Amino acid sequence: MKAFRIFIRSIRDSVKSIFRNFSLSIASILCTTITLILVAIAIVITINVNHITDDLEQELTIVVYADADTSDERLDEIEKEIKNISTVSEVVSKTKEEWRLEMQSYSDTLNTTLDYLEENPLLDSYIVTVENVDDLRPTALEIREIKNVESANYGEGMVEEIITIFDVIKTITIVMVVALIVVTAFLISNTIKLTIFSRRNEIEIMRLVGSSNTSVRLPFVFEGFLLGILGSIIPIIILIYGYLIMYEKISNSSSLSIIELVRPMPFVLLASLALLLIGCVVGMFGSARAVRKYLKI
Amino acid sequence: MRFIEIKNCYKVYKNGVAAIADLTLNINKGEFVFVIGASGSGKSTLIKMLYREEKPTKGTVEIGGINVGKLRNRTVYKLRRKLGIVFQDFKLLPKLTVYENVAFALECLGMKSKEIRPKVIKALDHVGLKEKLRSFPNELSGGEQQRVCIARAIVNKPKLLICDEPTGNLDPKTSMEIMDVLETINKELGTTIIMATHDKEIVNRMKKRVIVLDSGILSEDHEKGSYKAHESI
Repeated sequence: MKAFRIFIRSIRDSVKSIFRNFSLSIASILCTTITLILVAIAIVITINVNHITDDLEQELTIVVYADADTSDERLDEIEKEIKNISTVSEVVSKTKEEWRLEMQSYSDTLNTTLDYLEENPLLDSYIVTVENVDDLRPTALEIREIKNVESANYGEGMVEEIITIFDVIKTITIVMVVALIVVTAFLISNTIKLTIFSRRNEIEIMRLVGSSNTSVRLPFVFEGFLLGILGSIIPIIILIYGYLIMYEKISNSSSLSIIELVRPMPFVLLASLALLLIGCVVGMFGSARAVRKYLKI
Repeated sequence: MRFIEIKNCYKVYKNGVAAIADLTLNINKGEFVFVIGASGSGKSTLIKMLYREEKPTKGTVEIGGINVGKLRNRTVYKLRRKLGIVFQDFKLLPKLTVYENVAFALECLGMKSKEIRPKVIKALDHVGLKEKLRSFPNELSGGEQQRVCIARAIVNKPKLLICDEPTGNLDPKTSMEIMDVLETINKELGTTIIMATHDKEIVNRMKKRVIVLDSGILSEDHEKGSYKAHESI
C-alpha cells in the first residue's frame, strides 16, 4: 500500500512538475517533436523504398524455352521438373501458339509474316518466378540442365546490377533510420539531462529529507515518459495526415501512379506506434540516466 | 544515556586534506550542543558525517546504535528519515508551497495524506508559520524560510536535529527568534540538537554545551560553555 501511494504521488508530482517547470518542459517537448518528425520522414522513405524495390524484384523472372521438336508429354514433364526445383515459386507455361497470337497482335507486319509461314517457328516456353531474387541465377543454371530445355534466360548481368543497386538503396535507408533514431535518443536524453541539471538541488533536497533513490527517480522517469508522449503527438498527426494525403495524391496522379506506395493501413498506425514508443522509452531512460548522476548509488 | 558516540574518528578527503583527526565524542539524548571553530576547523565535516553525507576514513560514528559509516549509499535514506537537518541556505524546494515543502518529508515515507495534514499543521504551528501554508518560499523572509526548514526537519519527530549554521544568513534579531524555536523544540519534544555556528551572541546567550574544533581536533568541550572562553576563534 505504501509503495502504491509513493507510485501514485510520483505520477501526481511528475504532472505538477511539467507545469511548474513549464519552459523546460516545452524545450524537451519541442526537441522530441522535431527529431521525431525527422524519424517519421525517414521511416516513410525507408519502408516505401523497400516496398518499391521488392515489387520490382518480384517482376524479375526466368524465361525458359523448350527445344522445337519436344513432344507435348515431354513439355508437361519439363514443367513438372521445373516446379520440383525448391527455389521456384511459380511456373506459367506459354505455348508457341500463345506466343504467335501475342506477337501477331503487336503489328500488322508481324501478323502477315507469321501467317505466311506454314509452321509456327516460335518455341514453347515457361515463365518461372523464384521465391527469392538471389535464387535467379542458380535456378536458371539448374533449369538449363533439364533435358529438352533450349535456354533459360533471366537477363544476366543487368539483373545482378539492379539487385546490387537495390540492396545498396535498402541498406542506406535502413542505416539512415537507425542513425536518426540514435541521434533522436541522444538529443532527447541530452535535453532532459539539461532540465534535470537545473533541478539537481531538488534531487539533493529529496535525498536529504529521506527519499529513497527509487522514490527520487520515479517522478523524473514519469515526467520523461509524459514528455515523450507529448512530444510524439505532433509527429504522429503529421505522419498520419501527411501520408494519407501523399498516398491519395500519388495514386490519383497520372504521371506518378506508376509508383506504388505502401497502403496507409496498417502502416501509419504501426509507424505511429513506433514514434510513440521511441518518444516515451527515450524519455524514460533519458530521465533515469540523468537522475542517476545525482544519486549516490 | 548516550545517543551519539564518535570513536577515534578521522576524515581525510581525496585531495589529502585531513578535516577531522582522532575525534572522540559522546552526546547524550536530549542535549543541545554547539559545535564551534574557525573556518576549515572541521565543523561542517563533522555535521556531514552525522547525516552520512561523508563517511569517516577511520573510526566509528554511531547514532542511536547505528554505525553510520557502515551504511550503504542506497540505504542512507533510512537514517535520514530518523534525523532532521537544517541548513544555512534553507534548501527549500522553490516550486512547492510552504505546506508542500513540509509535507514532502512525510510523503517520502509513503504516509497517508490524512495523516500528513495534521502533522504538517502542527510542525508549522511550532515554528509560528501556520498562517503561511500556501505561500511559496520566495514570498517569505529569510527567517520565515528558515522556520519552514525547521518545520520540515521536525515534522517526523526525529530524535536528532542537525543544524549547519542555521542563522548564518539571518540578522541578529531573526537569529534569536530561530534559536528560541530550536530551544522550544529541544525542551518540549526532547529532541537532541547539534548545531554548528559562528555566532558569538547565540552561544553566549544560550549557555549550552560547547565543543570547539581546531584543525579537525577536539580542542575544548565545555558544559554550559560560551564563546567568551574562545575569543581567539
